[in-house]
Amino acid sequence: MNPFKFWIPACLLTLLLVLLAYSGINEYLFFAGFVVLQGIVLASAWNILGGYAGYVNFGVPAFVATGAYSALVVFKALGAPLLVQILAGALFAGLLGLGVGLLSLRLRGIFFSIATVAVIFILETVVLNWRFVGGATGLQLTKPEPSFGFESYTRMLFAVMALMSLVAVAISRYLQYSHIGQGLRALRDSEEAAECSGVPTLRLKVIACTISGALLGAGGAPMPMYLSFIEPASSFNLSYAISALAMPIIGGIGHWAGPVIGGLLLGSLQQYVTVTISSELNVLVVGVLLVLFVVIAPDGILGWIKSWKRSSK
Amino acid sequence: MFFSLDLLFEAVLFGLLLGGFYAAVSLGLSVSFGLLDIPHVAHPALLILGAYATYMLAGTGIDPILCGLLLTPVFFVLGVVLYRFYYETFEKRGSDAGVRGLAFFFGLAFIIEVGLIIAFGADQRGVEAPYIGSSYELGDYRIPYRMLAAFGVAILVTIALSTYFSKTFTGRAIKAVGQDEGALRLMGANPVRIKQLAFGIATAVNALAGAVLIVIGPVEPSMDRLYIGRTFCVVVLAGLGSMSGTLVAGLILGIAESVVMMMLGASWAPAVSFGLLLVVLGLRPQGLFGR
Repeated sequence: MNPFKFWIPACLLTLLLVLLAYSGINEYLFFAGFVVLQGIVLASAWNILGGYAGYVNFGVPAFVATGAYSALVVFKALGAPLLVQILAGALFAGLLGLGVGLLSLRLRGIFFSIATVAVIFILETVVLNWRFVGGATGLQLTKPEPSFGFESYTRMLFAVMALMSLVAVAISRYLQYSHIGQGLRALRDSEEAAECSGVPTLRLKVIACTISGALLGAGGAPMPMYLSFIEPASSFNLSYAISALAMPIIGGIGHWAGPVIGGLLLGSLQQYVTVTISSELNVLVVGVLLVLFVVIAPDGILGWIKSWKRSSK
Repeated sequence: MFFSLDLLFEAVLFGLLLGGFYAAVSLGLSVSFGLLDIPHVAHPALLILGAYATYMLAGTGIDPILCGLLLTPVFFVLGVVLYRFYYETFEKRGSDAGVRGLAFFFGLAFIIEVGLIIAFGADQRGVEAPYIGSSYELGDYRIPYRMLAAFGVAILVTIALSTYFSKTFTGRAIKAVGQDEGALRLMGANPVRIKQLAFGIATAVNALAGAVLIVIGPVEPSMDRLYIGRTFCVVVLAGLGSMSGTLVAGLILGIAESVVMMMLGASWAPAVSFGLLLVVLGLRPQGLFGR
């Protein structure tokens, strides 16, 4: 494969973002940019299961919160550094993904989706009743000193999230072109036909769900440090679910670039609306855009580009 | 843990009444999702919308449950329009109703929820009626009249719907449309119009159920999230599309929630419906009275 098509531009772009974090630009840019980059991570992760395999995971908040609370636990119990926190978040959310993936053995379509909603509320109830992580009131945290010569912790988190987006997009792109992606697409179109043609459907679904879950958890792991605070209501907020669903659909589901395009557009728009108008309207914008795209442009922006290319030939 | 037979009896009694209420809020979903196979995750949001519509109308001094009844034609039309839209954009095109249909209803639920927050604010709203706040004394037990009212409405709607679905031609056609559209067309009925009617009825029931919801206690816009678990738990446990099953499943959930609340405390209550839902999905996806 030609490295100029993906790897070189992607790595340069990430390097640029990391270098930007060392510059003297206003801190707020990194505070907002972190959320946009996190959106790309979550949307790419969602797309692996939802876009490639057609299993709609509404349980994104459960995975994000598992990542965040795993990070909190290793930080509080062992004083672990950020990298270990992220790895712990990925590990536990990956295990949750493994469990949810096994659910797909019996559940399809809306039944699977509703089961993932159930996972959110069950985990939230457990966390609400768990004293060590602060229960319903949550915990206040103090950010440690930034390392690697960053001026502030927020700048470091921004750089880390930039690297994580590179990793998430690279994994989702690799999966799309590998035999796993082919198998997932086959089972999305017809699970029976795929099974009959020798596609190991259950194994592929479990692999996709585990990887997707681990990436969602990794994306959520820096949250306690980012906010210096953690509590169940915002960690398990369903708006993670609607964003992670809307971004790939707006960009175009089933292709690795869809969540990137949708994440950049929707994420920036959300930040803009939150700052200029209100945070309620920010969720409304996501809902309205999601419904509009699903109805008017079911294949998203990538679908537009494709039909435009076809007609110009 | 404090435990006595007396308390258990009280919890079961309260659970039965609560269960009737859960059945009432789930009946609409039992039609739209259970009979028509529409991935209607916006059902709880429409329920909250019904509660807020009742709140608005009850401001004029009309009894809240009567308000719910008065609102049913409005919600019927809303349901018909919503189904028509869903049909034209998804079912007719046959365009991957799986992911996109779900995304559509999920997005719709968010729009309703945030719309209510913008219109009414995030705080709780309630209504007043003579039967709210007072209780019937039965020996040592106190039964709130509002729970009795909710239970009564639930029973009446269940009887009305199951009679309609088993005795009338259109009712039977609605039951048939989810199973075999082709056969229904041969009987001289138009499946799209039948589904449209059924979805209208399902939404109309939500107006009445929303009125019951606000009679039971104050409502807030984000409440629909909890009711995703409760309504889907009841409908799946009942077995898709069974009206009397919905009543039984509602009672089971009500008792389970009430007993857990008594033994572990109110903070565990939300996990009951979602936990029961997962157990049913895992062990018996066809439900208790499944077809």
